Amino acid sequence: MKVRIRFKKEGVMKYIGHLDVMRYFQKLLRRSDIPIAYSQGLSPHQIMSFAMPLSTGLESDGEYVDIEITQRVTSLEAVRRMNANNVEGIEILSFKELPDGAKNAMASISAADYEVSFRDGYRPAFSCIDILRKMYDEDCINVVKKTRKSESVVDIKPGIYEIEGDDDKIHFCLSCGSVLNIKPELVIEAAFNREGEDLPEYALSIRRNEIYTDIDGKRVSLDMIGTDII
Amino acid sequence: MRRTALSEEILLTVEKPARYIGNEVNSVLKDKTQVDIRFAMCFPDVYEIGMSHLGIQILYSMFNTFDDVWCERVYSPWTDLHAIMKEKNIPLFALESQDPILDFDFLGITLQYEMCYTNVLQILDLSHIPLYAADRNEAHPIVIGGGPCTYNPEPLADFFDLFYIGEGETAYRKLLDLYKECKRKGFGRQEFLRRASHINGIYVPSLYTVEYDDEGLIRAFTPVYDDVPSVIHKEIEMNVSDTYYPLNPVVPFIKVTQDRVVLEIQRGCIRGCRFCQAGMLYRPVRERDVNLLKSYAREMLDNTGYEEISLSSLSSSDYTHLEELINFLVDYAKEKKLNISLPSLRIDAFSLDVMSKIQDVRKSSLTFAPEAGSQRLRNVINKGLTEEVILEGARQAFLGGWTRVKLYFMLGLPTETEDDCRGIAELSNEIARLYYELIPKSERKGRVQIVASTSFFVPKPFTPFQWAKMCKKNDFLKKAHFVNECMHEQLNSKSIKYNYHEADVSILEGVFARGDRRLSAVIVKAYENGCLFDSWTETFREEPWIRAFDECGISMDFYTARERSLDEILPWDMIDIGVSKDFLKREWDKAINETVTPNCRISCSGCGARIFGGGVCYES
Ligand code: SF4
Repeated sequence: MKVRIRFKKEGVMKYIGHLDVMRYFQKLLRRSDIPIAYSQGLSPHQIMSFAMPLSTGLESDGEYVDIEITQRVTSLEAVRRMNANNVEGIEILSFKELPDGAKNAMASISAADYEVSFRDGYRPAFSCIDILRKMYDEDCINVVKKTRKSESVVDIKPGIYEIEGDDDKIHFCLSCGSVLNIKPELVIEAAFNREGEDLPEYALSIRRNEIYTDIDGKRVSLDMIGTDII
Repeated sequence: MRRTALSEEILLTVEKPARYIGNEVNSVLKDKTQVDIRFAMCFPDVYEIGMSHLGIQILYSMFNTFDDVWCERVYSPWTDLHAIMKEKNIPLFALESQDPILDFDFLGITLQYEMCYTNVLQILDLSHIPLYAADRNEAHPIVIGGGPCTYNPEPLADFFDLFYIGEGETAYRKLLDLYKECKRKGFGRQEFLRRASHINGIYVPSLYTVEYDDEGLIRAFTPVYDDVPSVIHKEIEMNVSDTYYPLNPVVPFIKVTQDRVVLEIQRGCIRGCRFCQAGMLYRPVRERDVNLLKSYAREMLDNTGYEEISLSSLSSSDYTHLEELINFLVDYAKEKKLNISLPSLRIDAFSLDVMSKIQDVRKSSLTFAPEAGSQRLRNVINKGLTEEVILEGARQAFLGGWTRVKLYFMLGLPTETEDDCRGIAELSNEIARLYYELIPKSERKGRVQIVASTSFFVPKPFTPFQWAKMCKKNDFLKKAHFVNECMHEQLNSKSIKYNYHEADVSILEGVFARGDRRLSAVIVKAYENGCLFDSWTETFREEPWIRAFDECGISMDFYTARERSLDEILPWDMIDIGVSKDFLKREWDKAINETVTPNCRISCSGCGARIFGGGVCYES
């Protein structure tokens, strides 16, 4: 049976990188006695895949990991057991059975919600939300996207679905996944550049709130795909 | 929500912030207002090394079973954070509460290798505790040292308020009770230390004076007061099956060196290799009950979620119930999808069979530690392994499909000659030859791979070689180059890889291993000169060390390049490990005469450890 787990990652756990979160989950599942399935072969490993790595330093209310289990366990019981074995800063929010044929989390992601605020001492003199709103009203937003190898100009406008909030807290809904992956810092940096400023490192405190998949052109939370095991 | 001592920005700037945040599974949180004693337990190296150490986990869980004590952990901040903490004057903190070390009653530092000594000073410095014990007052934690290096604590004597000599399970409760009593009665630091010196195993260096003669040798080592004991007897846990064990070890978030459940199956070693300090310090051998170990294994795996388990001891093959234990683990591992990592076992039919079950034969390698290249020299060091045994093990392994062999040797052993060094190359060649003789061309998948590594021999206190002269740096390197040449002369040299490393660290190790109190000043100078993480090749620098010795007017050769006479007062003579000096002298003599001493199970050699009333000495 395929299962999707939603969890929260916050507090000091934001300093734990993605690979270590994966290792943490491997042990958490064992400690909680979740009947996780293993791959075949000489060195079997747990069948587990995360929707989307969360960068170190970010918090999240909507992280997802898909696993396979070999025996039925109720959602209530699984969530209870896992949370009893959790450290502060990781909380299991749901444990749901995926319908047959459901795409795995990683393959199906299309968008994510973020909540962004400025760390103490980093708030710019200008109103960031005003600039963002103005930018959003334009037809295209060209930014320079740097990778390790190259620099290219990309129009990020099609990947920005929502910008809301105020200068204390800015909400974004941004495209993610393999087609157009936009990080909130990229959008804010574009706003800073318009003001002729660079976005300082560590200026932003970012929390991911949700990850979506696309169903018939509609954004649907990854959590809505599964159903509770009773 | 959890507070961190370091700001978000610092944590996101440094490499691996997980080293500094605590919060790990099974780390212990208590209410600091509800405990009498706060104990900071430190391994003076980076988190990944410190977290891999079983001894710390044992003491951590022991202390935290005491209701009146909260024990927390602290490790060396890596060089990146070190610089930030120095610049911003941020005090060092413990992982659990994130509170400054200055708030603690005790700072316990485990001393596992000599090359951590500048890191000890780093810990004190960053904690804002005066480096010299003499400069501390009532506001400072009591700084206590433990671990193998405390069997010669003298180079660190000036920095520690006291040392705990021996195994940690036994005397700490007494020490803590005394501390509480002294606090209650309003006694100060000095009075506490004086009284602590009466507890068996506790050594308070400030309560002794050392006099030297004109040649710099120790003339006298004397307690300052009549009530301070002149001999410190090591502490030992004789009942290893009924003592503290960390059934809920702390599970790190990041990958650490020993990232698995560790089962300590026994303490001590029956073998008596003459170069090996641990083999003498932890006498006699005491085995843990096999059924207890099985239940520990299950419980610890359940409590941690680890996917791997390994065994720990000085010589696992000598554990009486090894087959039973390993067979149990192999079955259990299969059921629970676990990995087993075996310590280097003696290569025989049993171990090869087990290894073939738990690992990929083609990818894994066989390990032999002949330690010396000739039978003559192996007799000198009392290493029982013979060439026949090695070749027979290799033969069985090659037939079983293995193609990789690792060999470990030492260079610079007492009485070593060119023939002995050449023997290293010849033995390596012999093993390669055996492979080609045994395995027909059609069945070979490439060459056999022999990796021979040498390390430089460092004489250690409480071994029969404690009087021996150590090689100088150039002698070591000459020997290594010679071995290298000999390797090239071998017929199968293409199948052999030879490794050796620089000799500078070994020399320093040699100085501190058998050093005395006068070296404290050198360590301070070296730290001031920027030495830190000296056990790491990437951070070790020899030049500031050399400068430190020069600035203090102290010669390294005095400590390394001189054979000590049997009646010289050694800096560690005030410590009694149970094994008698007389026995060590006899063994030194037998070494020179190339005579082997049988192991404790074949016959007792009367080393003195019988005095502890148990273990292997009373097996039959
Ligand atoms: S007293 Fe004998 S049996 Fe006991 S440790 Fe010493 S040599 Fe071994």
